[in-house]
Amino acid sequence: MYVAVKGGEAAINNAHRLLADRRRGDRSLPSVTIEQIVEQLGLAVDRVMAEASLYDRTLAALAVRQSRGDLIEAIFLLRAYRTTLPRFGTSVPVDTAGMTVERRVSATYKDLPGGQLLGPTFDYTHRLLDPSLLSDEPIEEPARKSASGEHVMRVSDILAHEGLIEADGEFPEDNEAGDLTREPLEFPMGRDLRLQALARGDEGFLLALGYSTQRGYGRNHPFVGEVRIGEVEVELEVAELGFAISLGRIRVTECQMVNQFKGSSKAPPQFTRGYGLVFGQSERKAMSMSLVDRALRAEELGEDVTAPAQDEEFVISHSDNVQATGFVEHLKLPHYVDFQAELALVRKMRADIEKTRRDGNHNPDQEAAE
Amino acid sequence: MTELATYNFAYLDEQTKRMIRRAILKAIAIPGYQVPFASREMPMPYGWGTGGVQVTASIIGPEDVLKVIDQGADDTTNAVSIRAFFQKVANVAVTTHTKDATIIQTRHRIPEQQLEKGQVLVYQVPIPEPLRFLEPRETETRKMHALEEYGLMHVKLYEDIARHGRISTTYAYPVKVAGRYVMDPSPTPKFDNPKMHMSEALQLFGAGREKRIYAVPPYTDVVSLDFEDYPFEIQKFEQPCALCGAQGVYLDEVVLDDKGGRMFVCSDTDHCEDRREHGHAGEMLAPAKEAAE
Amino acid sequence: MNIKTQALSGGFQEPVFHSQGVFRMLMDGMARPGTVHTIAMDIGQPEPLGQAAGAIALTLCDHDTPTWLSAGLLKSPAAEWIGFHTGAPITREKAESRFAFVEAGVAPSSFGLFAAGTQEYPDRSTTLVIEIGALGQGQALTLKGPGIQQTTTVKLKGLPEVFPRLWADNRALFPRGVDVILTAGKSLLCLPRTTQIAVQ
Repeated sequence: MYVAVKGGEAAINNAHRLLADRRRGDRSLPSVTIEQIVEQLGLAVDRVMAEASLYDRTLAALAVRQSRGDLIEAIFLLRAYRTTLPRFGTSVPVDTAGMTVERRVSATYKDLPGGQLLGPTFDYTHRLLDPSLLSDEPIEEPARKSASGEHVMRVSDILAHEGLIEADGEFPEDNEAGDLTREPLEFPMGRDLRLQALARGDEGFLLALGYSTQRGYGRNHPFVGEVRIGEVEVELEVAELGFAISLGRIRVTECQMVNQFKGSSKAPPQFTRGYGLVFGQSERKAMSMSLVDRALRAEELGEDVTAPAQDEEFVISHSDNVQATGFVEHLKLPHYVDFQAELALVRKMRADIEKTRRDGNHNPDQEAAE
Repeated sequence: MTELATYNFAYLDEQTKRMIRRAILKAIAIPGYQVPFASREMPMPYGWGTGGVQVTASIIGPEDVLKVIDQGADDTTNAVSIRAFFQKVANVAVTTHTKDATIIQTRHRIPEQQLEKGQVLVYQVPIPEPLRFLEPRETETRKMHALEEYGLMHVKLYEDIARHGRISTTYAYPVKVAGRYVMDPSPTPKFDNPKMHMSEALQLFGAGREKRIYAVPPYTDVVSLDFEDYPFEIQKFEQPCALCGAQGVYLDEVVLDDKGGRMFVCSDTDHCEDRREHGHAGEMLAPAKEAAE
Repeated sequence: MNIKTQALSGGFQEPVFHSQGVFRMLMDGMARPGTVHTIAMDIGQPEPLGQAAGAIALTLCDHDTPTWLSAGLLKSPAAEWIGFHTGAPITREKAESRFAFVEAGVAPSSFGLFAAGTQEYPDRSTTLVIEIGALGQGQALTLKGPGIQQTTTVKLKGLPEVFPRLWADNRALFPRGVDVILTAGKSLLCLPRTTQIAVQ
């Protein structure tokens, strides 16, 4: 005799209890604090903020802790929170030329106004596991120098001086930047929406696509004009006041990729640009983003669209890791109703074939249909 | 410590509900047409019913009685989870009885009991575009719908016949709604397609990840695509439900042992329980006392 | 009451639940064309805006829905009332309006200038809310189409004479076209673009 299994609710509750237990781990060890995550796992926090499109270190750290360090899960948590927040307005575009620069490197000029500034980078660290980090040994204070006050000129401005690089492009006076978290998606997209999608797109996916353009799948001859990391002011225009007020400062990473371009029927020979801007410190993401941004401008610049990275609908439809993980992982939900239908069909088709074989000749109906 | 915001009735903010409500009204006015909407990030994964949840959250009120099913059953984990979500954020009455529900959110099934006037069936939809697997580009499929150019779909179904001697689509079987739009009924088995035709209930479809809402009003023609010489037909089961003895219903196959033993039971758990309460019994039904333990 | 206070008063007392209630009437109305629904709550809307029409504005209009008003509504406190309570921008361009409100006794000369959507996006069309004399009395019309089991009869008083002809033109555009909600005081009735109308 058969009694159906019940108790989904109890099973779910118990699963969540076990999850909480595993999250906490060994109770004899102190619990990791939000402050510790913010301070010591800062790049994980940055990635969560960037791909969740919400600049809040504390909440991002909370999400990292709650997700046991699963960053896509943390991004998901922060996004689901973000979606419930009211919108007060749209900030003035941030002025990255006015950035308080902590790191700035250019691959196109040996020296340039503002200088090359390595900053806190993994570059040139020898990737040798450091045994001293197994314990908590004192770390010396960083070297400091007083700010030179020199304007850290953007490489794009240097090239623009000679008219060798395309201009920034203009929006009409009353243009409002789109927001793909508030509007249905439609292809082809404006570059504003595309950049938003890339800024919150999955780092790994964009890295792979950017890499593919370097290997010839939509090659676009990139040079890192510059990468800069530092703090910028966020300002909001208040209609009643008639001027912009500062809301605070955020850390961002900006990459301006400069691409050689031989010209086409749509544009003269000049350097073109791919652009990347992300919350926090993430050079890999900003650089990948600028490669993909440039690749996606193929049609605009009159280039042939031949490679995956140049295909807007393909790239943008699959760049969101929260969407991707949800849909891939949904395959573990019950599908037994549909599977039952498929089972019955396969059984029936096999039975048909066996019958045909036994009868030792072709089914005339089937032949007619072919 | 940052203070966390509290949530509105039914989770969504009012501006979002208005946007979804406007989309629902247009969807009803253009039966079978997929209305793009600005789907929100929900506190559950994409692919797990975010579209259906947004539709339900936008229509539900304090007077409603909600039923949630997955694979026809009220007690599957995702159904339990979504039901608990609405109890939490909307404090709404819930039921497992099809006839008592004003809103039924479903994944993969239509209840066996005929739905009535005033009821709303909300489908969770993974891929709303019936032409998507034939043409992956939205820009192209949108044109096909605009021009009512559905030849590709007929070619696909016909190739099935040529290759297999029959149409080998068993679920998410395409339908034509009110004589105009070809629509994906969501991955319900084609067994359920006839229930959509001239239904007394309003049918709403929500696809969260794909950002589409569509609808079939009550008393609307919903015709499964077929050919004159290969008419549409639904699955038939050779045996009745092993628990309630029902015939002409959709059955799940349950594997009993490792020797090929199996039985078939109703996929619609409420329908099955209701029949058993009314004294119907299948050959595998445990005596009442044993079953209660 | 002066014009200013008239515009600022009223609205839904319980916005979350009242807008949900009105929406369900509209959803049921669109799903079952010709059924009459009645808005019970007092919303203090200024003349010549009707109670049902005002409730529809409160339920569906906001910053994202440019709204067009007929001349009589435009120069009445109703314009400011809609603007204040919903935040909807009032537009003079019929083609960019998502909603249009027409006071009683005004016959639209055509639906042609309102947005009918495109063949690719037929949903991007105007919903017109037209006030007439009364629902449930007057001229009898037969309705047919999705949402209606065979046919249904509605009685409408004060429907502009030209309406059936305009509606036939609108039907011919399908899947493009406008959708209409007829209101009379507290009552409303929906006519999605799929509904066919025959004068009895």
